[in-house]
Amino acid sequence: MLECLKREGVEVVFGYPGGQILPTFDALYGYKGFKFILTRHEQGAAHAADGYARVTGKVGVCLATSGPGATNLVTGIANAFMDSIPMVAITGQVPTLLIGNDAFQEADITGITRPITKHNYLVKDAKDLAVIVREAFYIASTGRPGPVLIDLPKDVQVAETEFIWPEEVRIRSYNPNYGGHPGQIKRAAKLIKESKRPILYVGGGIITSGASLELLELAEKINCPVTWTLMGIGGFPSLHKLSLGMLGMHGTAYANHSIMDADLIIALGARFDDRVTGRLDKFAPNAKVIHIDIDPSSISKNVHVDIPIVGDARQVIAELIQEIKHGPAVDEWLKHVEALKKKYPMGFKDKKKILPQYVIQQIDEVTNGEAIICTEVGQHQMWAAQWYNYAQPRTFISSGGLGTMGFGFPAAIGAKLGRPEKTVFNIAGDGSIQMNIQELGTCVANKINVKVAILNNGYLGMVRQWQELFYKRRYSYTPISSPDFVKLAESYGALGIRVTKKEEVRPALKKAIETDNTVFIDFHVEEEENVYPMVPAGEAINNILGGLA
Amino acid sequence: MKHTISVLVENKFGVLARVAGLFSARGYNIASLAVSETMDPTISYMTIVVDAQDEKVLEQISKQLNKLIDVITVTDFTKKEHIDRELLLLKVEYSAKDKQKLENLLSKCVGKIIQAKADTAIIEAVGDQAQIRQLLEGLSGLGIKELVRTGRLAITY
Repeated sequence: MLECLKREGVEVVFGYPGGQILPTFDALYGYKGFKFILTRHEQGAAHAADGYARVTGKVGVCLATSGPGATNLVTGIANAFMDSIPMVAITGQVPTLLIGNDAFQEADITGITRPITKHNYLVKDAKDLAVIVREAFYIASTGRPGPVLIDLPKDVQVAETEFIWPEEVRIRSYNPNYGGHPGQIKRAAKLIKESKRPILYVGGGIITSGASLELLELAEKINCPVTWTLMGIGGFPSLHKLSLGMLGMHGTAYANHSIMDADLIIALGARFDDRVTGRLDKFAPNAKVIHIDIDPSSISKNVHVDIPIVGDARQVIAELIQEIKHGPAVDEWLKHVEALKKKYPMGFKDKKKILPQYVIQQIDEVTNGEAIICTEVGQHQMWAAQWYNYAQPRTFISSGGLGTMGFGFPAAIGAKLGRPEKTVFNIAGDGSIQMNIQELGTCVANKINVKVAILNNGYLGMVRQWQELFYKRRYSYTPISSPDFVKLAESYGALGIRVTKKEEVRPALKKAIETDNTVFIDFHVEEEENVYPMVPAGEAINNILGGLA
Repeated sequence: MKHTISVLVENKFGVLARVAGLFSARGYNIASLAVSETMDPTISYMTIVVDAQDEKVLEQISKQLNKLIDVITVTDFTKKEHIDRELLLLKVEYSAKDKQKLENLLSKCVGKIIQAKADTAIIEAVGDQAQIRQLLEGLSGLGIKELVRTGRLAITY
């Protein structure tokens, strides 16, 4: 097993031992082929593997025992599945003869993970193992990526067999399609040239396929404004003049108004999620849609598509650029978009207390927009998406599809191991950080230097915001207490800093970055600040609450 | 409306659960399902009949089926020229005076009395949807004690 992982180029495995995976851990004892990181919870291992995969583009690997070890991976696997992250999860299983007997620490993990993996395997014979590992890595990393689980019974772990490494992988029923259909690309190019108000709407597919440079070239060639989803952040430089920022529920008002006014939407590696489109029958009523996606099942799922193109975003954009000699006449449209930007600027009203948006801006300035920013899920996540100026792909690491609180901290561990030269921040809420806070132990024990900025408002803020706006301020179980984060960090051997005044924000951040240790910064921020702009769920996306306008 | 879909899959354990899971996850009931080996023993052939109210959902299911690693091809027979058949085994109340009536009914599909003992006859019948419906209506007066069906099989030109 270990030799297989090494041959797949694995650099680091995250995991936790247990009874039914003992033989594999015995082989890991003193093993030098790759690094092993012992997390404090299997969920942490899965998210760390996920974070590693997101920053490197390589397959993340996690390892756990049977039963509870395996079920603790489930949230992490589902998270990777929803965001199309390449991951291989390996679990121990009770010996083959005991499977189905309700043996101690037995769980049918292939059954449990069937709807949340791209594929999974129960290895019944050691001689199949090498082929299965190769297939698993191949399936996880090609086409639309995703997690693959390998369940390994204890007797198979100790069985002896001749090691035969298959040189190539061939699966007759799995042939991902990368090149777009040439006829469709010609039709798309024609539609682009004829459009008067085009908009590029880009998602995680841009990051996955590594298409940022091609996207920039296409946008500049046809002079087309670009808006992105949460998963698309970093795919296009935030400060570019054609940039509209994120769209959707907490997107910029001008991005939402622009897409509603567009006559052509060029969707690249995005899936028209409900948080993006708002009320579907009111979404972009005058626009034709070109939809480019590697996954045919994403196309025409939510909105009507005029020109579907199944293929890899990077290849298809390159082919489109070849096909378009000169862009459409869009001067009027760009003027209109510029006017929308002026009419509905992003902003927040300054207050005496520390505002969470201000903290993010300061992190942006102190790190020069070059850090890797991981997030948990909630208000802080949206502020981190809105107020940091991302310039590079794979620098915003966030749970988009599943919305997993507790993701960010372990993901930051994986991110730091994948890109050790980068400053890695986890932007957290006081609620989310407490969901996987045990990983402080992993950080300190392995000297993994991540900075955790807790925007502490004493609430489960996003739910509180909904309660304020839609449930008559009935704050049902959203006020939440926290430990003393400074003392907690110190007790683990990390550095803790508490910040209660605005003028302390910047010095605290500087100190955190200069410290060669894990740092928790507990920012006491304005308690009832809301994330704006906001489109209420189920409303048209130009029906926007709040913001400065 | 009822759709007949065929799915060619790798003949491995767990594949049926993967296929069935895509239907159940969307609250779709499978009306009938027939699975068997093909000429190539590494490949199995599934014929699935599903009652789909929404064509878009069916299109999704079909695309999702294609995404399963073990699925080789998916065909929706609904829009294709095809032949479908179903095999029934029936246990009916029987007396010698009913013989002629029963044989008349069975002549409208491919059917015969396999065995008749005392007051019970076992019948096999093969037919398309209309023929099967007609047969069951005809037999309802005779008293059906037990009925088992293979589910629909279909083949295109």
